[in-house]
Amino acid sequence: MAHRIEVGLLPDIRDAHGEKTARRIREDLKIDVSGVRVLSVFTIDADLTPDELSGIAENLLVDPIIQQAGIDLPLAAADEFDFAVEVGYLPGVTDNVGRTAREGVSLIFPNRLSPGQKVYTSFQYLIRGPIDRSDAERIAMGLLGNPLIQRFVILDRNVFMAANGIAPWVPKVTGSHDRTVSEIDLSVADDELVRISREGVLALSLAEMKAIQEYIGLEAAGPDRDRTGLGSKMTDVELEVIAQTWSEHCKHKIFNALIDYEDENGNTERIESLFSTYIKGATETIRKAKGRQDFCLSVFKDNAGVISFNEDFNLVFKVETHNSPSALDPYGGALTGIVGVNRDPFGTGLGSRLIFNTDVFCFADPGFSGEIPPRLLHPKRVYEGVREGVEHGGNKSGIPTVNGSIVFDDRFLGKPLVYCGTGGIMPKTINGRPSHEKTARVGDLIVMTGGRIGKDGIHGATFSSEELHEGSPATAVQIGDPITQKRMTDMLLVARDRGLYSSITDNGAGGLSSSVGEMARDSGGCVLDLDRAPLKYEGLRPWEILLSEAQERMTLAVPPDRIDEFMDLARRMDVEATVLGEFTETGRFHVRFEGKTVAYLDMDFLHEKNPPMRLFARWRRPIHPEPDFAPPTDLNRELLAMLSRLNVASKESVVRQYDHEVQGTSVIKPLVGTGGIGPSDAAVIRPILDSEAGVVIGHGICPKYSDIDTYHMAANAVDEAVRNAVAVGGNVDYLAGLDNFCWCDPVTSEKTPDGDYKLAQLVRANRGLYDVTTAYGVPLISGKDSMKNDYQIGETKISIPPTILFSVMGKIEDINRAVTMDAKRPGDLVYVLGPTKYELGGSEYLASKGLVGNTVPVVDIDNNLRRYRALSAAIADGLAASVHDLSDAGLGTAAVETALAGDLGIEIDLGAVVRESVDRDDFLLFSESAGRFVVTVTPEKAGSFETIMAGTTFARVGRVTQDKRIVVRGLSGVVVIDLALDDVREAWLRPLMF
Amino acid sequence: MKKSVRAITISGNGTNCEIETAFAFKLAGAEVSDIVHISRIVAGDVRLDDYHILALAGGFLDGDDLGAAKAMANRVKFAHITGTGRRLLDEILGFVEAGKLIIGICNGFQLMVKIGLLPALGGTYGTQSVTITNNDSGRFEDRWVRLFIEPDCPSIFTRGIRHLTFPVRHGEGKFVAPPAVLSAIEAKHLVVARYADENYTPTMSYPLNPNGSLSSVAGICDQTGRLMALMPHPEGYLFRSQHPTWTRGNIPEEGMGLMVFKNAVTYVRENLIGGR
Repeated sequence: MAHRIEVGLLPDIRDAHGEKTARRIREDLKIDVSGVRVLSVFTIDADLTPDELSGIAENLLVDPIIQQAGIDLPLAAADEFDFAVEVGYLPGVTDNVGRTAREGVSLIFPNRLSPGQKVYTSFQYLIRGPIDRSDAERIAMGLLGNPLIQRFVILDRNVFMAANGIAPWVPKVTGSHDRTVSEIDLSVADDELVRISREGVLALSLAEMKAIQEYIGLEAAGPDRDRTGLGSKMTDVELEVIAQTWSEHCKHKIFNALIDYEDENGNTERIESLFSTYIKGATETIRKAKGRQDFCLSVFKDNAGVISFNEDFNLVFKVETHNSPSALDPYGGALTGIVGVNRDPFGTGLGSRLIFNTDVFCFADPGFSGEIPPRLLHPKRVYEGVREGVEHGGNKSGIPTVNGSIVFDDRFLGKPLVYCGTGGIMPKTINGRPSHEKTARVGDLIVMTGGRIGKDGIHGATFSSEELHEGSPATAVQIGDPITQKRMTDMLLVARDRGLYSSITDNGAGGLSSSVGEMARDSGGCVLDLDRAPLKYEGLRPWEILLSEAQERMTLAVPPDRIDEFMDLARRMDVEATVLGEFTETGRFHVRFEGKTVAYLDMDFLHEKNPPMRLFARWRRPIHPEPDFAPPTDLNRELLAMLSRLNVASKESVVRQYDHEVQGTSVIKPLVGTGGIGPSDAAVIRPILDSEAGVVIGHGICPKYSDIDTYHMAANAVDEAVRNAVAVGGNVDYLAGLDNFCWCDPVTSEKTPDGDYKLAQLVRANRGLYDVTTAYGVPLISGKDSMKNDYQIGETKISIPPTILFSVMGKIEDINRAVTMDAKRPGDLVYVLGPTKYELGGSEYLASKGLVGNTVPVVDIDNNLRRYRALSAAIADGLAASVHDLSDAGLGTAAVETALAGDLGIEIDLGAVVRESVDRDDFLLFSESAGRFVVTVTPEKAGSFETIMAGTTFARVGRVTQDKRIVVRGLSGVVVIDLALDDVREAWLRPLMF
Repeated sequence: MKKSVRAITISGNGTNCEIETAFAFKLAGAEVSDIVHISRIVAGDVRLDDYHILALAGGFLDGDDLGAAKAMANRVKFAHITGTGRRLLDEILGFVEAGKLIIGICNGFQLMVKIGLLPALGGTYGTQSVTITNNDSGRFEDRWVRLFIEPDCPSIFTRGIRHLTFPVRHGEGKFVAPPAVLSAIEAKHLVVARYADENYTPTMSYPLNPNGSLSSVAGICDQTGRLMALMPHPEGYLFRSQHPTWTRGNIPEEGMGLMVFKNAVTYVRENLIGGR
């Protein structure tokens, strides 16, 4: 029988977890509770003696100074609660704490637990207050757990006490060994093909199903298939492999589609492939132009992009999204997002050591008070869950989170965007081999390391290629395990340096099917024995083993003469490693189960023969009402209101919960300045502690401009990213970019009648991206697209605004030249670089008036580039005391942030600002023209600064002051803003301080 | 080689500050500063004996899944060195017995109290008497703090130091001790560092005291002063550019954390390997 050990704090010890839970019940759910006590519950699925149980409790589970245990007895006393809610995982959900507890039990009592006997954890919340059962249920489902992955027991005090607490419950997966391989007859009519795809969550189109139908027909007629024992029908394993390989997620079909684009004047143009034309095309053009200065080493072909850092090291960077899983379970989705993207640079080339994380989130307003459509979660819950998932994933992996942002728009209610990025560093050569290259060779063994395989994330690749709907599979929700992954990466870095493998890649979307399938392209085939794969539990069918997206796994190609050393190292370092087959040159993706062939697919068909999509795009320029409101009379109030806008307000509370300093490399932290509240524009780290060379990391994101023109959304995102990097001392000539597109479905269908417009938006965004990156010489080295960010249930459809996150990574020769955005000294002069134009379209300011407008900021690439180069030179010469980028809500908020970060006042004369067609103070303050900065310069250096900036547009507009006030003189010469620093700080810090 | 100062930083199972911690000993002048995976110690490939200073670095041992460092404390108590019958704990206790130095930082501090290396009142190593638990705020936080260093504490690591400023990066940093234990710790001056305000006066006010630690305790040592641990990260402030306001000027080239490691190296040189 199973036993329960409950662990709780001693009565006089403060329960921080309980207090926090009570606070969130009151604040987020508006349910009045007076207190919550939290107990940890360990259910041990083994028949142990009382002595053994108390040995486990005392040594492993209880901190004797502050905690007590109840062994098979409830700790809860009748007078301390009104409702008890217990939340535990459903069978098969990753239980990291349970795994750790089981390891501990096995150390105390070696061999006492048999392989199937596990420890399961849950939390018991003892809630005090005048609540009824429906309140308790709302607390349980609305805050404490998620029914997709968790199970709840909700008892009132009387029932709880009468039953003497909660009985042990073992969420064991009780499947039995399942070798079922079913065959699917594809010699059927078209509507039947469509049904097979839909019911199997295959996300294959009719054209694709027909291509597969034709393939299996030809195969069945050929000699090979018979020899393998397979018949004329396709196996479920084969069909699943094809569906995964051809999924939008893996194949980027929309980006590779043949597109006919029609502009607003009816002119048409044919685009062979957006990816080749604009993304790869940009990089090719830029690399050619850079010639000997080209720093790209590996672009678009590996898990992440690789550039040269210096003579000894290369840098690696990848950004991914994990939107759909985060919509269903924010914590697990985001945690899996960050530990998942970690494996991309880790599995790039021969493998890199991970040196930074970035995270950018797009959410709806956490204070959202409207009705939440079915299956969606409240934005506050999404916000907190995602934040915590990335916190646990990043912090526990020991990778500093150095850069990020949060963007708010209520359309992200339909799907939050969760961008996670990771950078790595690797020696230029490893055992004499260039580190950015790798090849799985014929005869190399297929080895899987790390976690085991369960039903986790099955159909993740195809699921994320669809909108969120009623039947979205719960198995797409996973919980990452950063410690299992850290153990594995610790071990694999040793293996890398000893030259124990020839190739490595991660298991992400599509699992083994994808990782082995991709690696097998090097050698020209593979044979994989699925029955050897280690499983978390029985009951997985062969195709499920192959497709499972269970986390924390890498696949390697290990030469036969190194396998013993590899396996020995893994065993010593407590990492599970299994040989699953070998790489061949048969031209076949050959999969066996217990010796019997279950898939035998032509590699060329699998990887090259998916029929290209043909799509139509039609651009119609949207016209929004122009703003015609009168200039506000009270600009103090306007400025305070802008500072409190969610897109402008301080993100300090989130940033502080991420370790941004681990590894000791931080140079420019995400929070800078006197009080540690200044939001830096970009990060600088020093990845090699005894070198002065630094890495700059920044990004740009501005989905709000998509309502006007995605061309400018993309152009501004690139410009913002470059501008941010330049603002901290980065060099525009040594920046590499990553494009991450998140779109709403751009394929016209019954569900998406405006697909042609959304596709036109995609085309235009690609053009914007191409034009600005090529002009600035910022090559794209990696990227990703997520094309189905829609929600549709019943009549409700929510599509996100088309969004590009443009991330940059570059180099700063000397970290001592880096600069921060905080005003440094009273008396320093304030400059605004770049002209301020009537470019309020899509701005925060118009949004605050409920308007969009039309005059979107237009990136002036030539003048901006000249300005960036001049500013870089000024920073390198030590002439700028502070530099801050102007973006959301323009000069007004940037100047305030500069002052706040330095805990100093600032005086600005709007009349001195260089302006074009702007004649209102509010527009001057809040226009979002691209390419601008606020720079403070100490008076002694003003001459040199102005000399170096000569030939660019800039003006001296004010000064930094000792008295802590924000003072702005308007165009008429009178003071239009005069606010105490304390008041602006309060307005800016408060909104997201929870 | 006989005269070289040898430091070992243990890695594995979720430790994640090993690189900068080992680097700190190098920078402080240790001739040898090795990062050794715990599995190599358990396998008997590497012996703690061969080193003078043991660093238990920051991180999330076993994810802090059962409470900070708790599962690792259990491992130290129950895992045996292959082929010897000796527990990991016995190796560490032998190291203490030999008069050598141990520094615990953050997760290393949590581990040291949970295996009873600190405060080890009366010299009883191996029995837990204090603990470190959840911050009062209920959240992990990364922020810089000021530390007042107790002048009368015997810690070798903080000799000659009056105050420090370091980053804290933890969710479980609140020092808790039963009243009698706390009085004994105070009476024996085993508190090394206290969270302090801008005047370096110990404080209980958040966020200057980031976690609500009793008596503002940020670090303690044993009675010999050879074992010491801090929640804040000295290896996080080895040079100027790590300081959060270095771009404002007036920050010296050498970070305050380096002094802590230099003190350890100097002690070894003068006491354990017979001078220079």
